[in-house]
Amino acid sequence: MSEASSTGAALEEPRPHRRVDADLAPPTARSGLLGVFQNRYLLRLLVRREISARYSGSFLGLLWSYINPLSQFLIYYFILGKLLDRGTENFAVHVFSALIVVHFFIETFNAGTRSIVRNKSLVRKMALPREMFPVASMLVSLYHVAPQVVILFVVCLFYGWVPDPMVPVALALALGIIMLLATALALLFSVANVYFRDFASVVSILTNFVRFGVPMIYPYAVVEERFGSFAQYYMLNPLAEAVLLVQRAFWVGTTQDPSATAATELPDHLFTRGLAMVGVSLVVLVIAQLVFTRLENKIPERLN
Amino acid sequence: MSYPADTSIVVDQATKSFTLRYHRTFKQVTVAMLKGHQVSDTFQAVDDVSFTVEQGESVGLMGLNGSGKSTLLKMINGVMKPDSGRVLTRGRIAGLIATGAGFHPQLTGRENVYLNAAVLGMTERETARKFDDIVEFADIGRHLDSPVGNYSSGQFARLGFAVAVHVDSDIFLADEVLAVGDKPFKKKCLERMQEIRDSGRTLLYVSHAASSVRKMCDRVIVLESGKVGYDGEVGPGIKYLKYDAGTDEEEQDEELGADI
Ligand SMILES: Nc1ncnc2c1ncn2[C@@H]1O[C@H](COP(=O)(O)OP(=O)(O)O)[C@@H](O)[C@H]1O
Ligand SMILES: [Mg+2]
Repeated sequence: MSEASSTGAALEEPRPHRRVDADLAPPTARSGLLGVFQNRYLLRLLVRREISARYSGSFLGLLWSYINPLSQFLIYYFILGKLLDRGTENFAVHVFSALIVVHFFIETFNAGTRSIVRNKSLVRKMALPREMFPVASMLVSLYHVAPQVVILFVVCLFYGWVPDPMVPVALALALGIIMLLATALALLFSVANVYFRDFASVVSILTNFVRFGVPMIYPYAVVEERFGSFAQYYMLNPLAEAVLLVQRAFWVGTTQDPSATAATELPDHLFTRGLAMVGVSLVVLVIAQLVFTRLENKIPERLN
Repeated sequence: MSYPADTSIVVDQATKSFTLRYHRTFKQVTVAMLKGHQVSDTFQAVDDVSFTVEQGESVGLMGLNGSGKSTLLKMINGVMKPDSGRVLTRGRIAGLIATGAGFHPQLTGRENVYLNAAVLGMTERETARKFDDIVEFADIGRHLDSPVGNYSSGQFARLGFAVAVHVDSDIFLADEVLAVGDKPFKKKCLERMQEIRDSGRTLLYVSHAASSVRKMCDRVIVLESGKVGYDGEVGPGIKYLKYDAGTDEEEQDEELGADI
């Protein structure tokens, strides 16, 4: 009750004049990704509540985000490394590095695609930039990347890995590519999903293929060996680039002779390509935003 | 075209049409098309509506169900854009549309208060400062920490209204908010809306209750199938609607339990 409560029954008195400084403007003015970052407090609320919802009612809580990836790593270690003895050195680390990227991408893509429909009760009645929801999905997935990187870091130390200055660069490039690209796809498919809920199912199927389009369960060297010069088309996939960057950051350093591994197992100009892929992903994001803006007008009326 | 400095809301030839889809699935659509039936149809829910509201004016928006009142409010609060024409507003907008707030059913009342307040432009500190007031006003007791999906429609409306009135807005929208509240709460809300009005904020009030519109508003706009049927003084506006045909209107409101 912050206003003066003395005005209660002042029916016949002239009302106080309220001067409003704002301009006369369309009520929908701030939107788009820029609008999202202008309202960081709201974004933070959405992200925080998604994160806490995930472990609400659980005793170990956030610890699960460490236990999960660790158990996955151990499975790979025993099944792939010990049982099926694949040719690649430290194959479990190879797979796990790739998995971090793949998971981040898939989670963002899937959750982002459903995000607007899932928040329809807000979208139908409140004026807020609707890009907020796919972006929040991406940030929630990003939040869960951190414990996985920590696990990978510790595991690699056990393997006698010594971090070099390019590790953070490679990691940042890889995460940057996925953040931009997955947000772009989440934007496109979240609005498509409002029109036809079939898109969420399409996305689940699409993401099944992602695991096989990147050098995760097979080494990149195999691609070069089998496809020869076609390997350059393989490398047009930004996800493959991101996976190789993370493998460069972690897995390569755990092998006996890192420089030899890098020479045979990684494509040339890895970092330059990485930078180029960040640029490509940025372009895709801009296009996605333009499409989103065209389609979003009908979102509130199509949600029911 | 320019408007005077005390213009609060401009609705300028705004039109919003909706598509009615008679069939949803692929199978239904194909069957209907093969039989030569119509698959969809568009209609104007808001049809070439124009009016301006001055800062501090209190306008009652009336009309039968489906006449386009909620759609018009959605364009004013920025959820929807008009297909043609334009809508301009000045300052912060708060309020409730179509009886409820934009609450997330899986979140608790507490979380929703923060979320809703953030959407309405309140900062974390501002919300924290007003939180106790909001909760006191809503008066939903122990249910504050259970998901709002479990709330009764009255509790839902209480909490939504409580947040909305605590936003320091320049324009307040109230769309049949009081239809689901109980009597003491209706009374409290009406008093609160009078305070809002008397503090010089613009009020747009949708109600079917002639008596409360008479009490609250100094102008009435009547929508008829999306068009403005009447715009002017309150008394003739209510007459225009023929709500008070026959019995005395106060008595009728009382009978219907709709003194809102
Ligand atoms: N999303 C939508 N899709 C199709 N028709 C809609 C949609 N929303 C509202 N309508 C229709 O538009 C008309 C006006 O609705 P509304 O503005 O809610 O009316 P009121 O609030 O005056 O009762 C109604 O006929 C309603 O069925
Ligand atoms: Mg309505």
